[in-house]
Amino acid sequence: MLFIIILVLTIICGYFFPWWFAVVIAFSMAFMLGKKPGVTFLIGFAALFTAWTIMALLKSIPNHNALATRVAHLFQLPNWVILLIVTAFIGGLVGGMSALSGILLRKAFTK
Amino acid sequence: MKAFISIAVTLLLIWALQTKFGDIPPVGKFLNPATGFWNNAESKHQNDEELHLDGLQGKVIIRFDERRIPHIFAENDHDLYYAEGYITARDRLWQMDIQTRAAAGRLSEVVGPKALEVDRYHRRMGMIYGAENCLKGMMKDPESKLLVEAYSDGVNSYIHHLKKRDYPIEFKLLDYAPEEWQPINCAYLLKNMSETLAGNSDAVGMTNDLKVFGIGTMNDLFPDQPFHDEPIIPAGTKWDFTPLPIPKPSASFIAQTSGMQSKEIIPGIGSNNWAVNGSRSANGYPILANDPHLNLTFPSIWYLVQLSSPTVNVYGASLPGAPGVVIGFNQNISWGVTNVDADVLDWYQVKFKDNSKNEYWYNNRWNKTTKKVEEIKIRGQKPLYDTVIYTHQGPVVYDNISQKPKEGHTDVPVGDALRWIAHDASDEFNALYLMNRGKNYKDYRRALTYFSAPAQNFIFADKDNDIAITPNGKFPLKFRDQGKYILDGSDPANDWQGWIPASQNPTVKNPPRGFVSSANQASTDSTYPYYLNWRFDLYDRGKRINDLLSAMKKATVDSFLVMQMDNYSMRAHDILPAMLKYIDPTKLDKEQAEAYDIVKNWDLHFAATSEGASIFNAWWLDFYHMVWDEFDRKDLPMHYPSYDRTEKLLLTDPGSKWFDIAGTPAKETCGDVLMKSFVESVNKLIKEHGLPGKNWQWGDVKNTHINHLANIPGFGTGKFFAGGTSSVIDALKDDNGPSWRMVVQLGPKVQGFGIFPGGESGNPGSYYYDDMFATWRDGKLDKLLFLGSANEESNRVKSTLTLSSK
Repeated sequence: MLFIIILVLTIICGYFFPWWFAVVIAFSMAFMLGKKPGVTFLIGFAALFTAWTIMALLKSIPNHNALATRVAHLFQLPNWVILLIVTAFIGGLVGGMSALSGILLRKAFTK
Repeated sequence: MKAFISIAVTLLLIWALQTKFGDIPPVGKFLNPATGFWNNAESKHQNDEELHLDGLQGKVIIRFDERRIPHIFAENDHDLYYAEGYITARDRLWQMDIQTRAAAGRLSEVVGPKALEVDRYHRRMGMIYGAENCLKGMMKDPESKLLVEAYSDGVNSYIHHLKKRDYPIEFKLLDYAPEEWQPINCAYLLKNMSETLAGNSDAVGMTNDLKVFGIGTMNDLFPDQPFHDEPIIPAGTKWDFTPLPIPKPSASFIAQTSGMQSKEIIPGIGSNNWAVNGSRSANGYPILANDPHLNLTFPSIWYLVQLSSPTVNVYGASLPGAPGVVIGFNQNISWGVTNVDADVLDWYQVKFKDNSKNEYWYNNRWNKTTKKVEEIKIRGQKPLYDTVIYTHQGPVVYDNISQKPKEGHTDVPVGDALRWIAHDASDEFNALYLMNRGKNYKDYRRALTYFSAPAQNFIFADKDNDIAITPNGKFPLKFRDQGKYILDGSDPANDWQGWIPASQNPTVKNPPRGFVSSANQASTDSTYPYYLNWRFDLYDRGKRINDLLSAMKKATVDSFLVMQMDNYSMRAHDILPAMLKYIDPTKLDKEQAEAYDIVKNWDLHFAATSEGASIFNAWWLDFYHMVWDEFDRKDLPMHYPSYDRTEKLLLTDPGSKWFDIAGTPAKETCGDVLMKSFVESVNKLIKEHGLPGKNWQWGDVKNTHINHLANIPGFGTGKFFAGGTSSVIDALKDDNGPSWRMVVQLGPKVQGFGIFPGGESGNPGSYYYDDMFATWRDGKLDKLLFLGSANEESNRVKSTLTLSSK
């Protein structure tokens, strides 16, 4: 459930707010709905990893990945798929850390 | 506590992802798919759109063809140029930003201290001073004012509606934001062109040559008229005007310079244009061709556009950031340009009274200098304040040696004031305004009077069967060789003494031979009463063009395209037989003999697959440098004699003392130097490319490529296989070549053809970023879609954008 909510909100808000707004989403949703810190981190990670992958592909596939290939070359990566994974991983890290912060903060309050 | 650490780590992570470290863009900002670079990926598919914009007076319809070239139809001129600005910004905003920043000396603001020297140079050579004067000239003229203001409003309308996520990718990479477009930016673009095409001087090297060798040798090695001559205005053309009195040469004083390596001016920029009248064309109407050669970049220097309003319907290549079409055609006329390279940049040695440099000696008394403080903002550092001293001639680019960077700008002397045409008020946009609307020869001549710099060979053809060519610009009235060497800045007789009247610029209309042409070579024969320059580009391409045209009876668009791709070497034609005569094959080893056979049987074409071309090229360069070894000095920047003079030496004076190589005890002759340079250049080829054979193909040996404007890896073409070289019509070499190829068939219904290496979009994430490249590389042209009206049916129109006021 938490996964789906973060995923969907991240994609929708991506069109209206700066990219770091995902932090607010993952943080607040984890604060409200999170259970165990470890699992919440993984859910946050997976949700943003997936959200960013979907958003990147929505743009990149109609482009035949031409731009992603050029940018991969610029960063000296072998191909655009690696670039996508790097992108998604950074998103995942942001999502995971935000979710973890959210759940840990609630735990600090509820203790 | 855990929560606190976790939140702190998260915030730190976000900060790190939002911050630019060195040249690496902010990773989170750049990579995130919502607002980062992924958002710049565009689909090839085009949609119809409707937009409401502030400031439009009526409705504008823009139709896009399959290359996404905009065909703009407006109800009045204001809306036309507004829409041109808007649509050009939509495709090329970053290019417009960075090119004007470069010209204005403002690169450091966005890229930091590494651009400081470039910025300082542009400030100190008076680019801002020139652009400000240029703007004054433009704003005095109601047409130019309308053009520039409406265009700027259009650009700004686009910028105001641009969301961060939609910033061009280069803004995201360099992490800065677009800024408001000022009318002066249009002037900066002109200054950019002037710097590229009329911003060089040989005076430093030439002055050193003069000191070392004396005036006798200089007049012999650096003559004012070339050996191989094929002037643009056919020799023998009569001048139908009474010239102004020519100024008397001053009691010249040769200024002192010291201590730097001279920038070798590499012959290379190789633009061509030609036109035939109906007597030589298949359908009885003129055909015109033009291929201006420049540094090739992505995005391309050119942006194709059709502009239509009740006063105009014109198609052609525009410069992003400048309103109007620069090279193109309308229903009645077509025109094109190549560079003139007249001497419009001179150096004056300044004698200051003391170290304060508040006064300088001129006209037998002390005169006040003016000082201009340039504030250069630097990203991540405090601004730099740089004081530039101006005399009445212009800025003293470097008033002491410490201001000069260790590398580069070797053609700029220290302690000398710069007099440059690009500093003067001018009104080039009016010239374009009039040319775009031109109906006949008279309109063409009138338009030219407004064009100052960079001077161009304007070629012309119209449907009334008139053809013409005019080396045109604002030319200073000079005594012979004025500015060939550094001038004494204290002597008023050395100043520019006025101007050649525009009506007396060299020109020819409908010459008996039935064609006109230019390829950057000398403008006129020696009978032209005024002095333009002592040197121009070599005759090779011009001669080849004229040979081909002379033999042409029924020219078509196709025969012109074949000519544009022609790579027959006039130089090899002129001198290779003489060079081969001196080679004794019995003295060569096996590989050298093989190379000798290849070059002996070479067809003199610089084709991509040619091995002979590689050998001739290497041999000639080695030979040239061996002959002029006297000019290779580490302590003093020297100017080398031209290829033309070297050819003359080889063909007419094989016993000349110049063939003797100074560092050897033996007394070398022409034959010795040819033999030695042949062996050395072939050995070098073997070392770099292996044994004679397929690896020696010219297309592999030369390094042809197109880079992104900011040299971003992955955003250019990489090396590609192509023929051509600087002395043939298809003068494609390294990253310099035909930046736009155009052929126009005039007639009852005009038909244009053209292609440029790149695409309309400046976005590396667009299909239209480089969709024309392959067609250009393969030597083909697109048939250009010239619509008669906004509603004309065409299956080539792929989408429509409608603009109207709010």
